[in-house]
Amino acid sequence: MEGLIRSERLPHIWCAGCGIGTVFGSVIGAIQKSGYDLNKTAIVSGIGCTARMAGYIRLDSFHTTHGRALPFATGLKLANPELKVIVVSGDGDLLAIGGNHFIHAARRNIDITVICVNNLNYGMTGGQLAPSTPFGAKTTTSVTGCPEEPFNFCYLASACGAIYVARWTSLHIRRLTNSITEAMQKRGFGFVEILTPCPTSFGRRNKIGTALETLKFYHERSVIRNDIDPKEAPIDFGNNIVVGKFVDTERPTFLDNYQLSCKNLIGDWPDFEGTIVPENQAG
Amino acid sequence: MADKAVMTGTYFMNGDYACCEGALAAGCRFFAGYPITPATEIAERMSRRLPELGGIFIQMEDEIASMSAILGASWGGVKAMTSTSGPGFSLMMENIGLGICTETPCVICNVQRAGPSTGLPTLVGQGDMMQARWGSHGHYEVIALAPSSPQEMFDLTIRAFNLSEQYRIPVMIMADEVVGHMNERVVIPRREEIEIVGRRKPKVSPDKYLPYHPDPDGVAPMANCGDGYRIHITGLTHDERGYPGMDEKTQAQMVNRLIGKIVNNRDKIIRTENVYLDDADVVVVAYGISARSARQAVRDARARGIRAGLIKLETVWPFPEALIRDVAGRVRALIMPEINAGQMVLEVQRCAGGACPVHLVSHLGGSIIHPATILRAIEDSIKGKK
Amino acid sequence: MSYTIMNKEKHILITGFGGQGVIMAGDILGTAATLYDGKFATMTQAYGPEARGGACSAQIIISEEEVLFPYVKEPHVLICLSQEGYAKNIGSLREGGMLILDADLIQARKISSDIIAYDIPATRFAEELGNKMMANIVTLGFLAAVYNLVGAEALRKAVQTSVPAPTREMNSRAFERGSEYGKATLKSRAKQGRLARD
Repeated sequence: MEGLIRSERLPHIWCAGCGIGTVFGSVIGAIQKSGYDLNKTAIVSGIGCTARMAGYIRLDSFHTTHGRALPFATGLKLANPELKVIVVSGDGDLLAIGGNHFIHAARRNIDITVICVNNLNYGMTGGQLAPSTPFGAKTTTSVTGCPEEPFNFCYLASACGAIYVARWTSLHIRRLTNSITEAMQKRGFGFVEILTPCPTSFGRRNKIGTALETLKFYHERSVIRNDIDPKEAPIDFGNNIVVGKFVDTERPTFLDNYQLSCKNLIGDWPDFEGTIVPENQAG
Repeated sequence: MADKAVMTGTYFMNGDYACCEGALAAGCRFFAGYPITPATEIAERMSRRLPELGGIFIQMEDEIASMSAILGASWGGVKAMTSTSGPGFSLMMENIGLGICTETPCVICNVQRAGPSTGLPTLVGQGDMMQARWGSHGHYEVIALAPSSPQEMFDLTIRAFNLSEQYRIPVMIMADEVVGHMNERVVIPRREEIEIVGRRKPKVSPDKYLPYHPDPDGVAPMANCGDGYRIHITGLTHDERGYPGMDEKTQAQMVNRLIGKIVNNRDKIIRTENVYLDDADVVVVAYGISARSARQAVRDARARGIRAGLIKLETVWPFPEALIRDVAGRVRALIMPEINAGQMVLEVQRCAGGACPVHLVSHLGGSIIHPATILRAIEDSIKGKK
Repeated sequence: MSYTIMNKEKHILITGFGGQGVIMAGDILGTAATLYDGKFATMTQAYGPEARGGACSAQIIISEEEVLFPYVKEPHVLICLSQEGYAKNIGSLREGGMLILDADLIQARKISSDIIAYDIPATRFAEELGNKMMANIVTLGFLAAVYNLVGAEALRKAVQTSVPAPTREMNSRAFERGSEYGKATLKSRAKQGRLARD
């Protein structure tokens, strides 16, 4: 693990009790476990606490602009398909300002593994509401309670065509590491969401409390339900926090289909009969 | 065709297509873009041409994504470009700043239409010239070129790629609707006649490599992603290692170098075409499509016995300060025609520093400036001084 | 503003609607002049914000010298393939200029005596030859016969290199049909003592 950390950059910026460090450990563990050439593995991030992971990992790493990690990673991957590209992002970065890119990167099935640390708010800027903030939760921009409904990222990812979708909390370290490894080993758009505590910005404004209390809460309420439709797996803090691996499937990646289109082998819409689309679409 | 990338030959081709051919001849193999009039033809042709060359064309979800994708592709080791027009150019600004800060070679072709906002989508404008210079936040230098014909769309696109690699900077091609949509003779030379600047790669081993340690010309060699150098690249203020440094000293060092690598090399970057400057009483300074009308006006003025001259700006940014300052001291007036309410003319005025009057011939967009209008300004400027 | 046209420049305006091959006709004319006739040419195009399918025009300037100002405002030759194009542009035709239109598509007003007007049933001919999309090529053949703008051979060559390969022969017939009709028209006018000038 040590070789993969830019130790000269320590101490890191994350607060005591923050879950990002745990996820960082899982990401590094998964990278090692997956066996990819470390010189051909790249990390891309946008802006936010999670995005700072890119700065601490000794790989080719790109800390880009807010919300734009996915289109940057898209360019990187397509320019050099040999690369294994991982995007690390917070919930606001990935799904508020970067939401449109998320939809389209998943739809295109770009061969990227996306790790989303969901801490229910914008931590770096001091705790503003995010698309993940639960209805009624207090943030600095919703002092009387968040008036918006959050959305279910895993359901969104699945609906957009992600080929691997899983959700864990930062307590599920072993399962999380396995999930990231699995997602990396798949060809296509993989999405792993991790619920983490943000004691500094979110916890202290809400009844969820300190990091330890949050983790206890997650421990008590999380229920593992693998293979269920993520539509049926909203994060319901008042009841069950459903975690697990929801989607694990295959479909051609953007590059698979692009290669076909370059050879004019896609066939004629809407009647594809008579056109031979190779079973094994080599990237 | 033997050489699919360099379509050697003579064509009657529009400027948007010529831009594509210039890009491909320069080695561009990645295009990310979003359709927008009057730049769509660039994306359309790239979508047909790049697959023939093993390159990647991708139509992104918007211009923000397009700009981000070409930065990513450039770090992936491939020469990359995008094209757009006003509204899309606005959306690209933040990531143009990322490209400048992270010193990422790439090319953006802005086929300008008349603004503000949606403006006149199908009609010409030159209103984005200051946006090219200052559109992203913070202080920095840029390189922008202004083609005035389809042939220059070809030639300057190659130059844009070369400059972007040479100085590790996004280079902007500030074209316009007329240049983009106009067909004219385009001569594409043989591959061996085209000068191509490649990426300057590190000469040291990964453990000794500092991503932002410059060579004497102020530009640092660039390791691509996947080369084994394990670089860290950030839009935060960073030191020579590429690591964030949240202090004024790191900021000053970084910004000074970003500025210096352009300013200190400007004699190599700036190109102008100077016509009849030796004896000129009045000089028209022009760029892009307006330079064609300016050239006609200068010829017409000469035919009428007026000693007029022309400075045609091939490079608009960095601005040829020294040349304008020098000429301003020798002539009775400077005239700048442009299709906006006065943008580059502010630079001409600044450089003239009161040494001579500077007159703007303005058109607010939707049409190009007629040579007769510039000729009248030339005549008036001579009379005015007498 | 007074509008001056450079000596030696010939300005041509082709108008119609999207899909008629208006821009292609302009492209072929410019290609002929530039690549096969040693001349200089520019073509600019105009279309509405709807971009496709609406009114459109191709503006071509052909010259012995470099063309600097590429807009056509008062054409020497106006070719109309649609009523709208005709109505909008007939007023811009230069005194002594030439009007070429397809009378099957356009109801012309009383045409001023100082312009030379020709009718070419281009769409009908093209239909007879198998595809009305070739009306533009028929018109170019006609133009080659009645106006010495670019050499007929250069124009023939440009047609051949511009149209899709499988349609070359068909388009060649379309061009010759227009050209023959043009020659016949000139002859009949000469008989009437109204020789169209260069």
